[in-house]
Amino acid sequence: MNSVEQLRKIFKQSRTIAVVGLSAEWHRPSFFAAKYMQAHGYRVIPVNPRYAASGTAILGERCYASLAEIADPVDIVDVFRRTEEVLPIAQQALQIGARCLWQQIGVVNLEADRLARDAGLDSVMDRCVKIEYARLFGGLNLVGVDTKIISAKRPR
Amino acid sequence: MSEHQFKAETLAIHAGQIPDAATGARALPIYQTTSFVFDSAEHAASLFNLQTFGNIYSRLSNPTVAALEERVAALEGGRAGVASASGMASEAMALMTILQQGDHVVAAGALYGGSVTMLAVSLARFGIETTFVDATDPLAFAAAMRPGTRAVFAESLGNPSLTVLDIAAVAEVAHAHGVPLVIDNTVPSPFLCNPLRLGADIVVHSATKYLGGHGTTLAGVMVEGGRFPWDNGKFPGMTEPSPGYHGVKFYETFGDFGFSMRARMEVLRVYGSTLSPMSAWQILQGTETLHVRMERHCTNARKVAAFLKDDPRVSWVSYPGLPEHPQFALVQKQMREVDGAPGASGLLAFGVKGGLQAGVRFIEAAQFLSHLANIGDTRTLIIHPASTTHRQLDAQQQLAAGVLPDMVRMSVGIEHIDDILWDIDQALG
Repeated sequence: MNSVEQLRKIFKQSRTIAVVGLSAEWHRPSFFAAKYMQAHGYRVIPVNPRYAASGTAILGERCYASLAEIADPVDIVDVFRRTEEVLPIAQQALQIGARCLWQQIGVVNLEADRLARDAGLDSVMDRCVKIEYARLFGGLNLVGVDTKIISAKRPR
Repeated sequence: MSEHQFKAETLAIHAGQIPDAATGARALPIYQTTSFVFDSAEHAASLFNLQTFGNIYSRLSNPTVAALEERVAALEGGRAGVASASGMASEAMALMTILQQGDHVVAAGALYGGSVTMLAVSLARFGIETTFVDATDPLAFAAAMRPGTRAVFAESLGNPSLTVLDIAAVAEVAHAHGVPLVIDNTVPSPFLCNPLRLGADIVVHSATKYLGGHGTTLAGVMVEGGRFPWDNGKFPGMTEPSPGYHGVKFYETFGDFGFSMRARMEVLRVYGSTLSPMSAWQILQGTETLHVRMERHCTNARKVAAFLKDDPRVSWVSYPGLPEHPQFALVQKQMREVDGAPGASGLLAFGVKGGLQAGVRFIEAAQFLSHLANIGDTRTLIIHPASTTHRQLDAQQQLAAGVLPDMVRMSVGIEHIDDILWDIDQALG
């Protein structure tokens, strides 16, 4: 369980999110999340061999077949893959110098989590990057979700 | 690092409302606007596609209303809330989001009269059948389940029957059949009982009652717990592409608040039973003092029940906070303790010796006990259910709802107990 403070730090220090398993189909949850983060100032780098081969861009960004192919620095590796497929992705995240391994809702690979933590990365499991961003910085409160934010400070 | 867990008293004041981002206003601003501007055509498209969170039109969502939704969700220990124009609208929203033509509901017999009418008459017109069972018997719920059952509906504390539901046991029955348990938690309020923590899946409230407390404003809130597995094959509306929303799959996209999102987009948006921002604000003024009021409602009602129990002019008293109530043990288990005893809310019922006529005479003789059809007000309220709130039901339905001909229902207020007892005493004659 990550605290509000930890999550806030992850979002504040990050600029680039590599989204592993990003779909190009507009109605898929991964596309929702990536589009949202892009609209909130983050650079999204799609990682999906399915589209990389054909040179399909997603959300205006070139799609890569793997994390290792990305030349630019990556802050968050956001994983939309099945739990059993996360470990090699975590290993690659370490190799490219990412600062955070983020496993989406329903994705809970404890081995990958430990690997990331041991290497000094932030690690988040079973959470959605979009929902957490909206919970901390506004948006989720607009649809009646309990954000668990109790504060006498203005947001942001 | 684990998060500090705030208690109900703090949540009642703070949850859902931090200082306004634009102005720094500490109290909740009233966003009295029908519509919200889009930043661009692309922003508008994202909003309509549900790809971003934000406001479009106050029929769907409004920041003032959202504060109420989040506060009640937090108080209930739920994941998300959706407000509507009344408690009945919230109940309808919960059921209409779950059910479709041909579905079957198992419901407690001892329900608020309006709920009986919704199930037995209104939803029946749309091909949804309900079996009513004894609310005090979890086995009766189990026996009534059918392959086509898609929801179980009951009140945590029956109004006006004051029967207590064994929430954990009935939740187990519902879950064994793969269907959600929906609880009307109006009478205890979220301060005294949290059905979601006991296994229920959805809670509905008439916020008009204790949540508001002032008797000025109608409102309802539905809260989802976020733990029900909507992908168990029985709820295609949660898992299949939504034809009304360009193929969005609500459960997959929004996860543990997918049910609320679908209720908002496929029921609230379509049928329009929206709460006004002004009303949400008024309810929230009351919610801030919910915990203080509920404690006084409980201790006053306890004293009124003890007074009536020993009075020779009274034939019977029903109050779940009395040790002789048949379900007192369950009350102890499910309700918050207030001043050394289970907090059983402010609602009680009794019979005036002499039957129906004596009951009517009592109501008319009261000086400041208000004769009206509401509960949960700061004022003490009295009514004769058989001739008012439950008169649409036939004699058999009235008995099933726990309404006896001589019954007086009292919603004990937070006036001084001596004055309440004085008025009861003089009205009994």
